[in-house]
Amino acid sequence: MEEKEKKKKDIFESVWKFLASVKLAIFIFIVLSISSIIGTIVEQQAEPAKNIALLAKFFGDSAAPTVYNVFAKLGFMDMYRSWWFIGLLLLFSINLIVCSLDRFPKTWRLIKKPQKPLSGNALNSLPIKKELTFKSSLNIAKDEFLNILHASGYRVFEASESGSVRLYTQKGKYARLAVYAVHLSIILIFIGAIIGARFGFGGYLNLREGGASNTAYKSPAEPIPLGFTIKCNWYDTLYYEGIDTPREFQSELVIIEDGKEVLKKVIEVNDPLTYKGITFFQASYGMIPDATGYFVLDITPDNGPEKRLWLKSGETFEIPGTGIKGTIIDFSPALTRDGNTGALTTYSESMVNPAVAIEFDWPGKEKFTGWILKRYPETGMLPGGHSVKFADYWGVEYTGLQVSKDPGIWFIYIASIIMAAGLYICFFISHKKIWINIADDKKSVRIVVGGSTSRNRLNLENEIEKIVSHAAQAIEGRSGK
Amino acid sequence: MSSSVFFDISAGAYFAAMVTYIAYLVFRNKTIGLMASAITIFGFVSQSAALIIRWINSYHFWAASNPASGVVESILRAAPLRNLYESLIFFVWSLILIHLLIEFKYKNRSLGAFVTPLAALALLFIDISGTSKEIQPLIPALQSNWLLFHVLLSFLGYAAFGVSFGAAAAYIVMVTDSRKEKTYIFWSIIIGIFLVVLIGMGIDFLSLSAVQRAELIQSHFLKTTLRSSSGGVAAVSWIVSIVFIFAIWQFGLRLKNILAGLNLTPTMLDEIAYKSIAVGFPLFTIGGLIMGAIWANSAWGKYWTWDPKETWSLITWFVYALYLHARFVRGWRGKRVAILAVIGFVAVIFTYLGVNLVLSGLHAYGSG
Repeated sequence: MEEKEKKKKDIFESVWKFLASVKLAIFIFIVLSISSIIGTIVEQQAEPAKNIALLAKFFGDSAAPTVYNVFAKLGFMDMYRSWWFIGLLLLFSINLIVCSLDRFPKTWRLIKKPQKPLSGNALNSLPIKKELTFKSSLNIAKDEFLNILHASGYRVFEASESGSVRLYTQKGKYARLAVYAVHLSIILIFIGAIIGARFGFGGYLNLREGGASNTAYKSPAEPIPLGFTIKCNWYDTLYYEGIDTPREFQSELVIIEDGKEVLKKVIEVNDPLTYKGITFFQASYGMIPDATGYFVLDITPDNGPEKRLWLKSGETFEIPGTGIKGTIIDFSPALTRDGNTGALTTYSESMVNPAVAIEFDWPGKEKFTGWILKRYPETGMLPGGHSVKFADYWGVEYTGLQVSKDPGIWFIYIASIIMAAGLYICFFISHKKIWINIADDKKSVRIVVGGSTSRNRLNLENEIEKIVSHAAQAIEGRSGK
Repeated sequence: MSSSVFFDISAGAYFAAMVTYIAYLVFRNKTIGLMASAITIFGFVSQSAALIIRWINSYHFWAASNPASGVVESILRAAPLRNLYESLIFFVWSLILIHLLIEFKYKNRSLGAFVTPLAALALLFIDISGTSKEIQPLIPALQSNWLLFHVLLSFLGYAAFGVSFGAAAAYIVMVTDSRKEKTYIFWSIIIGIFLVVLIGMGIDFLSLSAVQRAELIQSHFLKTTLRSSSGGVAAVSWIVSIVFIFAIWQFGLRLKNILAGLNLTPTMLDEIAYKSIAVGFPLFTIGGLIMGAIWANSAWGKYWTWDPKETWSLITWFVYALYLHARFVRGWRGKRVAILAVIGFVAVIFTYLGVNLVLSGLHAYGSG
């Protein structure tokens, strides 16, 4: 019976040791790295033909489909979601937890162990050591060292004997915990990811200008009810002046609940809209096939107020109070002048440089046609100080929204802060211990300073150097030398 | 004055500094060493001026097309860290900064002979990769306050890793006794591949027209030599490359004699390699991974998508995490960790350049 229990304990211990080992961590690091490399070469969740073509380069045309099937069975085509990759991540977290639990008590004892004064011999064996002698008294030397240590933020303890005193102090002992904080933050990230996968979603939603919806989609067959209605007032691409580089992609979104408008915002890339934990990101845009929309014109007569008109193709408007009439006769999503022939042409199907052609019926003049470009308002300046600006061709574009809800994100944020702080402390703050033994030696005092540190020995060496030289100055000053 | 003048001055200075540092290694003359430092500082000051001028210019560029943008926002958006060219320039700047800090802290110039070549290689890479040097308008995806901090910290981290690579590479040579040692063979191959790729790109550059040069990496990478469509040219290139790497293996050990005569000790190199990683690892984790993830979340709604850039950053992070654990928990010292420092930087290069140039993904801005 006892034998059996002992055996059980042995097995438990060896499994524990295995799970806590750095060897396992190294093994996981290597396997995760190598499989990740494969995952970046083989395109994930792609059309089979793409990866078969890729594999054909390595294995030849005839073998590629077979190799593909083997790879696909092993999950390499959607690797980061495969059971074995998730399993590796799980093993990684177990390794992290077990090794932290395994080492923590030792560290905790190191932190809690009270520092003791050291004898001369013990001091001699420390990694950092300095000896000096002054013509001064024990008390003066002690005072000065205490002053300097206090000024540097050390809490100093002392042990006195006749003719000698031992000062000892430490700083940054809790820095030893930083590494556990970093490990913890990784676990928190995994927890956050699990919560996100379980209770959150990622989807998309395409809304035409003026369109509204109360559902988003994970895929065409998987609608996700939002619990409210979202409407797109308009979508617009802004360009840098004179070039076709987009400056901003914008949509005006409105949240509607119980028939009432509760929130309105113009979203941009990097500036989404969040409502009730669901966030809408500007992800894409496009033209709606065969759609006709409204030409939105801002019309200003000379010295008159601006007026906005919404017109269909072929409709006629009047510049108020002038008798000047305009009829919309043509539209181009991307107008340009051909470099060779000088003729006006359309160079793109999307609205890169939208332009509207208006035929003007001017009292006392012959009819004439002019192109007004949205991106170049100066094209709408008419003779006599009147202007017609082409504000938008509304209703022909849709905005593509990325929709996501991630209740796990707070774990990620908190983990990020813990990890950043933990890493900083881990590398830049060390647990330093200093011992100073001061002893009367005839008419002078002999001082031995020793130190040890968990990290950055050079730093402590420099610090001790400084403490000693400052103390030496002060002692010599007071001893009237 | 235009920033490009200052950039050219600094590039010239860094090449001169590289030659001077190497001369310092060979002749061990203090005056030459002082000169090397002076030239490097001169180059650094000039490059800093260039960066500031470029920043100011792109501030005006941004402010002109975004009148609604406030001063602080415009400064953030104008940070010259938008594309491959600007990031490489910043990498060189960080590398030199860290090198100068080490030089002053350790009062030792010898490392310059290993760090300045890395800077020179990066500058050379800028020229032969044909990347655009124009100030480009900032695309919407990059219009975020995270851009400056994410790129700044990542590249300071990369530069620190670069220094650790230089120190570890020097360390390996110093502790090698025989050419048959596996570490030394590994070292020769890595250094050899570095140089072969760079020389290959140089040949591409020389054989291409100015128009083609702009697309050197995307469409002509090593096509003149190793990847030539003519089987004969490719075969000869491979043979020459292998002979070249063999020559590095054969003669590389001579570096050891040069190093041995200097005040550079393996212990010091080991410490510099470690210290640089100790600085680079938190910078890279915080600036690269954490800020990158938070930014991704605020731009796309997902903090992690296993896109190639993210995945390679993670691989890099694993390698350096391995270095630190091997060193602190397993007590590895010397050659074994030096190899990890070298592998780590190879991963950095791939994360930084390889992913942008070879693999596609969300992070495609850098390829321009």
